[in-house]
Amino acid sequence: MALTRDQLAQRVAQEFRDGDYINLGIGIPTLAANFIPPGVNVMLQSENGLLGMGPFPTEDEIDADLINAGKQTVTMAPGASLFSSADSFAMIRGGHVDLTVLGAFEVDTQGNIASYMIPGKLIKGMGGAMDLVAGADNIIVTMTHASKHGESKLLQECTLPLTGKGCIKRVLTDLALLDIEDGRFILRERAPGVSIEEIVRLTAGELVVPDDVIEMDL
Amino acid sequence: MSGFDKVVGSYEEAMAGLEDNMTVIAGGFGLCGIPENLIKEIKRKGTTGLTVVSNNCGTDRYGLGILLVDKQIRKMVASYVGENKLFEEQMMSGELEVELTPQGTLAEKMRAGGAGIPAFYTATGYGTPVGEGKEVREFNGRHYILEESIQGDFAIAKAWKADRYGNLVFRKTARNFNPMAITAGKIAVVEVEEIVEVGELDPDEIHLPGIYVDRLIKGNFEKVIEQRTVRNNK
Repeated sequence: MALTRDQLAQRVAQEFRDGDYINLGIGIPTLAANFIPPGVNVMLQSENGLLGMGPFPTEDEIDADLINAGKQTVTMAPGASLFSSADSFAMIRGGHVDLTVLGAFEVDTQGNIASYMIPGKLIKGMGGAMDLVAGADNIIVTMTHASKHGESKLLQECTLPLTGKGCIKRVLTDLALLDIEDGRFILRERAPGVSIEEIVRLTAGELVVPDDVIEMDL
Repeated sequence: MSGFDKVVGSYEEAMAGLEDNMTVIAGGFGLCGIPENLIKEIKRKGTTGLTVVSNNCGTDRYGLGILLVDKQIRKMVASYVGENKLFEEQMMSGELEVELTPQGTLAEKMRAGGAGIPAFYTATGYGTPVGEGKEVREFNGRHYILEESIQGDFAIAKAWKADRYGNLVFRKTARNFNPMAITAGKIAVVEVEEIVEVGELDPDEIHLPGIYVDRLIKGNFEKVIEQRTVRNNK
């Protein structure tokens, strides 16, 4: 079975290390904050100017001046700090954020990512995504492996305008966890109950299937 | 009255001198920390042909979005179109010129514009449509593109508290682009929730010194929340 949104978030959270400063993109990446493993302390960076993001507020705590990058009302965790957008992106571009998790429309075998527009159809804007992928060493892309019509989103070469070039090394889809190395996807883990044949069929870019592909432990 | 007193008496006075085809840099992120009354004053004035530089363009009904309704904006420099349908429609139809700019690059363009730096190199956007036509240079084996800084004829911004000299304190994530926007404006207009007497702010707590501020006004704020997300009380 393909992973649910919560399971994707849970698998992402397994990558968190104690003491990590982490930026989570809108959507599934943000959900990962609900699955932080016990004993792991992380500090969430919100690029609009908050380090140490807490959970959503109670009705009484709602503050219009305190939102996350998805414009949702949030709270601050103990040890939080506030700063301007220029300082926020100095942190990001300067490589001070340990892990970035974000969504995408497409990734390819060269580590390219496309996530901000579909010409003629949809223009979201890149927001902070271009800075995040340019600044972080450690990036995980979360996405569905294929479109609803069964078209692969893991391509030999991206077809949409790029958000970043040669910056993605790890992709988590609803079917598999893959690394990108030497211009190829390498299958590392498969979702429980998903066959290697299905992953091969839905991966358009060159894919290496090592002998030791494991089933995800969720 | 000191020559350093930045307080003006009305919104009309605050935006005096804004003319058609000028460039306005605006602080705010989404609807958080936006100079909502200064935007309303631009709508009231009916100034057109504006180039507006701001991370977002508000929503269909609030913030800078209200300037799209009567097509007062000719060009928008922003990082995110997001949930603003009107923005997306005018962009797709070509009525509105849009320069999509990465968020960190936009912040740095404002910062540099206010700091006398004409341009800077950044890795952000290299190899993407943002980098097209821009100078590329390699430093230590990585590629960077040259981005030019931005200055505005006007900057409009919101802070939490100020003294009469325009020393500013921001509140929580309503700070966002506001400090940089202010520094990059030839005429910087700031609206705040509270104005205190000079000497009442601890110099150590001032986020932005009054040297950058030209006009200051106290406003009443609606503070619309875009995504009201809550958890259960327990």
